[in-house]
Amino acid sequence: MNYNWNWGIFFEASPEGNGTYADMLLSGLMWTIVTALCAWVIAFAVGSVIGVLRTLPGRGAQMVGNAYVELFRNIPLLVQMFLWYFVLPEVLPESWGTWLKQLPNAPFYTAVVCLGFFTASRVAEQVRAGIQALPRGQRMAGTALGLTTAQTYRYVLLPNAYRIILPPLTSEFLNNLKNTSVALTIGLLELTARARAMQEFSFQVFEAFTAATVIYIIINLIVVTVAGVIERRVAVPGR
Amino acid sequence: MGLGLAMFSNFDFSVILNSWRYLFFDGMAFTLTLTALAAIGGVVLGTLIAMMRLSGLPVLPQVAKAYVNFMRSLPLVLVIFWFYFLVPYIGQWIIGSERPIQVGAFSSSLITFTLFEAAYFSEIMRAGIQSIPKGQSAAASALGLTYWQSMGSIILPQAFRNMLPVLLTQTIVLFQDTSLVYVLSITDFLGAASKIAQRDGRLVEMYVFAAIVYFAICFIASLLVRRLQRRVAIIR
Amino acid sequence: MTSSAMPPVSPVSEPQAATDAAPGTGPVGTLLTERPPVTATTGPMIAIDDVSKWYGDFQVLTNCTTSVTKGEVVVVCGPSGSGKSTLIKCVNALEPFQKGQITVDGTRVADKKTNLPKLRSRVGMVFQHFELFPHLSITDNLSLAQRKVLGRPKAEAEAKGLALLERVGLKAHAHKFPGQLSGGQQQRVAIARALAMNPIVMLFDEPTSALDPEMVGEVLDVMVELAREGMTMMVVTHEMGFARKVANRVIFMDKGEIVEDAQKEEFFGSPRSERAQTFLSRILSH
Repeated sequence: MNYNWNWGIFFEASPEGNGTYADMLLSGLMWTIVTALCAWVIAFAVGSVIGVLRTLPGRGAQMVGNAYVELFRNIPLLVQMFLWYFVLPEVLPESWGTWLKQLPNAPFYTAVVCLGFFTASRVAEQVRAGIQALPRGQRMAGTALGLTTAQTYRYVLLPNAYRIILPPLTSEFLNNLKNTSVALTIGLLELTARARAMQEFSFQVFEAFTAATVIYIIINLIVVTVAGVIERRVAVPGR
Repeated sequence: MGLGLAMFSNFDFSVILNSWRYLFFDGMAFTLTLTALAAIGGVVLGTLIAMMRLSGLPVLPQVAKAYVNFMRSLPLVLVIFWFYFLVPYIGQWIIGSERPIQVGAFSSSLITFTLFEAAYFSEIMRAGIQSIPKGQSAAASALGLTYWQSMGSIILPQAFRNMLPVLLTQTIVLFQDTSLVYVLSITDFLGAASKIAQRDGRLVEMYVFAAIVYFAICFIASLLVRRLQRRVAIIR
Repeated sequence: MTSSAMPPVSPVSEPQAATDAAPGTGPVGTLLTERPPVTATTGPMIAIDDVSKWYGDFQVLTNCTTSVTKGEVVVVCGPSGSGKSTLIKCVNALEPFQKGQITVDGTRVADKKTNLPKLRSRVGMVFQHFELFPHLSITDNLSLAQRKVLGRPKAEAEAKGLALLERVGLKAHAHKFPGQLSGGQQQRVAIARALAMNPIVMLFDEPTSALDPEMVGEVLDVMVELAREGMTMMVVTHEMGFARKVANRVIFMDKGEIVEDAQKEEFFGSPRSERAQTFLSRILSH
């Protein structure tokens, strides 16, 4: 392989003029993490609501929940990204659209909202599965004690369901984190975008991608470790 | 209602009528071919990885596990970039040529998706193989079948049938994922839509249309998978 | 305060380890620490009037009519699939029914205007599979509904829970989680949890049928004691020994119908229907 390796490249100044290539990648990492965390807040909240809707006895609520999941699961994430970024400002009333287009950091907000609603459909699936995995008698016991439906969910069903689905939720969180890279197509300067930019500026393809790869693997390990700690923390004695 | 009408009043859907041949015969044809070949390659490779992982031999299970975890830690976009740049060098190394060889966009994406999806397919096949009771392979050995015979005619056929709905669901995910070849400016379905959108300045129409087409295909496909799932469940 | 009509009795058996004080051997009184307020002074506590229920085309209850008066213990028995569990779940509207009427203490359960959470909080229920909340400690299991439904302050709810836990002989386990207790212990906690709401009536849905045989006694002891203290009880069970000991009436169900509804002596002495005779001979033969 006649490729000229240059691992010192990370400490050379990037042509952007504000630091080295290493700084460039780290700022990418920062955007990846911030975007993933913000999107997760939306995904967890919306996903929980949609997941609960799908387990309520009312047909209307179930239909709304099912429609949400089908809609967001059956359109590629990249297409959704374009819909939020290019299409939404055009179909809103003009003043709103203009406001959206002039928003500073628009790629960031778009990525957060898009990923949040997309991941919510996956969280909703897990929440529904978790609630349905509980014995039917748990809901009955809550109801029989006089708890309202909302109270039964809040105090009985959800605390147990979340414990059951912690492992799949961890992998959804990781998917969410990896999916932030799709937002490079709308100009979010996250880790993969920065590695790509580094490759374009320096022609050191493999150093740039190796660095990004190593960083992603480290984040994965950290998330898995933290999830393990949380799992042990919330574990119920005797189960 | 008024808002909805105003929304579509300055839409120009003729752009779709004028470009549908390009969208489907160039774009969608690429997308479907890539999906089908990568799914087949991914399942075959994934099954081999799953067998490695369950082989109980030294080293092989660890190698398989490392490969799967490695691939699953990385964003697909990064992997697409990786292979786009790496494959020419690997090709050069294999055939011993002077310079990195030229690999077409299609081959490059096919290799990428096969290797990437194999990690996900292997997890499905692992679950499938493990879902077959131990007694089945014991019975096969007792009848004098070799490992490969027992895998090929006893274990894998059952595992495939049990896992067919999951494999197909993963293929729908793969179909959606192929849209990411957009980052290499390849003319898949989304790439074609995007090119028309830019050329004619019709982003709204083209992206909404692309979304509808993807939705229709994936929604119908997942309905069919669900129906199949019920049938498989009944047979068992 | 203790004001039950009858003195507490000692348990029939106590198979638990020494760490569990036996039910009924606590320092004071009874399981019923307070007499629940009853609004309807006349008429039955539970009135089931011509109730029918279908799952789709399949009829699970057919024209069921019976009643339970204040202080009465009624045992409901019958082969599995006879609809007895479904019937008892209709009483606190856990299961909807399509025809007929059920009133509890004068309140119609199927009436849209009825405040169901309020009604249910006055009807204690004990389930076949205990249904303690696995993520909550025993203390929290006992106090959750008291606080969220009755609005009792935390300290009061926990004290009440602890007192009842002592009465079922499990005070030492207050800090544990359900998964750390045996089935029999869990079921006694479940009874205490229901009693903590000061119910006017208690429903038991096969409370011992998910238990290992050696644990059945400890749960029945608590139930016997509760019956002797004057609690109104409707009990779905196969435990004919329990029925003989404390029931006033026995209802026999088969195929969704109430086949026999008789005083205990009459039921065990000379059941009128052939189906009840067959059932009794089968269940008493072992």
